[in-house]
Amino acid sequence: MTADPQTHHAVWEGNIEELKGLVSEKAFSGESMILNMGPQHPSTHGVLRVILELEGEEVLSCIPDVGFLHTGIEKNMEYKTYEKSIVMTDRMDYLNPMGNGLVYCLAMEKLFELDVPMRAQIARIVLAELTRINSHLVWMGIGGLDLGVTSTMTYAFREREVLLDIFEMVSGQRMMSTYFRPGGLWRDLPDEFEGAVQNVLDTFPAKIDDYDKIITQNPVFVDRTQGIGFISAEDAVAYGLTGAALRGSGVNWDIRKAMPYSSYEQFEFDVPLGQHGDVYDRFIVRIAEMRQSLRIIEQGMKRLQKEKGPFRSDNRKYVPPPRAELGRSMEAVIHHFKLWTEGFRPPKGEVYVSIEGPRGELGCFLASDGSPNPMRVHFRTPSFVNLSALEKLSKNHMIADLVGIIGSIDIVLGDCDR
Amino acid sequence: MGVSSKLGNLGVVTTKLEDAVNWGRTRAMWPMLFGLACCAIEMMSTQAPYYDASRFGMELMRASPRQADLMIVAGRVSRKMAPVLRQLYDQMPEPKWVLAMGDCASCGGVFNNYAIVQGVDEIVPVDVYVAGCPPRPEQLIHGFMTLHEKVKEMKWYEWAGK
Ligand code: SF4
Repeated sequence: MTADPQTHHAVWEGNIEELKGLVSEKAFSGESMILNMGPQHPSTHGVLRVILELEGEEVLSCIPDVGFLHTGIEKNMEYKTYEKSIVMTDRMDYLNPMGNGLVYCLAMEKLFELDVPMRAQIARIVLAELTRINSHLVWMGIGGLDLGVTSTMTYAFREREVLLDIFEMVSGQRMMSTYFRPGGLWRDLPDEFEGAVQNVLDTFPAKIDDYDKIITQNPVFVDRTQGIGFISAEDAVAYGLTGAALRGSGVNWDIRKAMPYSSYEQFEFDVPLGQHGDVYDRFIVRIAEMRQSLRIIEQGMKRLQKEKGPFRSDNRKYVPPPRAELGRSMEAVIHHFKLWTEGFRPPKGEVYVSIEGPRGELGCFLASDGSPNPMRVHFRTPSFVNLSALEKLSKNHMIADLVGIIGSIDIVLGDCDR
Repeated sequence: MGVSSKLGNLGVVTTKLEDAVNWGRTRAMWPMLFGLACCAIEMMSTQAPYYDASRFGMELMRASPRQADLMIVAGRVSRKMAPVLRQLYDQMPEPKWVLAMGDCASCGGVFNNYAIVQGVDEIVPVDVYVAGCPPRPEQLIHGFMTLHEKVKEMKWYEWAGK
């Protein structure tokens, strides 16, 4: 079977003239080589394509080409009502579905001036931190795999199943949970939730120590990561890096501390910082973040035992009546029907909310024109911004190190391209 | 008598060769390491210890399409990705199979919009569709087994190419 020649060459017949200004003059005289990496490459974490200019093994410049996973999520959300478009956010950064839902719900709540009961706020924090651990586990598994520590992937995915079981327990879905809704949660936490999270709290610290050993005591790994992919604190700030990529360089900036949301200010935790700003420090910071997440979860579980109140706001303008009421009251049925078919009409306005996702600052800009659909939704996604520093990070490194550098900024292409 | 039994058995031998080759193909079917989106994470879970696709001889993911038998389209295919996907498919040696994993690869899923190819069967021939967003690893394994059933039914004259 042969391909249609027209589509066949749509991507690959690049013209070197188009790279003028992006690569050095050497590439045009043939002194350096242009090499294409991706979009199908085992260590580009999805479908990133990088155009490399090489001199021997040394990377002279590197141009990320994104958009291979562009999904039109932001545009699609404009065609759905507010509540229905939460489904879209889960599929954006697929390692952080709860976090995406959280930032979108926070933006809606800010726009609607909707209150969230305490129980829901704490539950959100617990689940968001579980998601952070989940995301870091996948990053560790794959990042280790890229650098030759193949066992991390086996361990990480074993532990991840425990977390996915919890997500499935609360929401019915392993990954795309759509559990956070404007004003609270889809439904109350099930009774088994407490035991399952307690199991995580009991078993994970020892496991995280194991990973720490696997990584920090592995001479190959240490040699391949220390002093690689350096970025100074000033540069990291100038590039707008956030998350572990920024904290690895020693800048103390965590949205959970700087601009607390969902009552993070009532929790005690530290912000782990690196010193050298290299690949190794970014690894260490993320491992330490997992421990801090466990600390937050532990505090959260203690509070959840006391906070037995409602799990969703009772503002009937935005929140549908509970199931039990539908059997009793005709008005409730009508109201429910109206909310699910037409949706609610929020006030006009624009808001921006950001949270600390596993990869960095995840922001949501939401504009409303008073109709049941959002007028514009835009996400400030950490992967996209952090990827912009790739050129800076990988300059004058060996091509083999590039793999570790891409791993260390922890991109998710779904987050980047949306 | 010896000759006739041999001749008579010849037909049996040919069918058995067919079965033997087909069986062999189902036991060591190497998928291509090709993740696109969220479904790829579940595909990795399928490879990982808990679900352990190596029970089906499918744990060895080949990064190069030239060493792969099966393309698992794990995720949404954007219009920008479509030519790449087609090229990868063309690079795979015969016999080759395609498994569309997830709603996006099967029909566009929740993304009925300008950016996403509405079903990967617009670009490559698909053998098995696995529904779900994302499909659970069990569902993917069921997809594998369905594909194995299909391969076992193949005739020798189909081996050279479909
Ligand atoms: S089917 Fe669902 S999980 Fe799979 S790629 Fe599409 S949106 Fe992601």
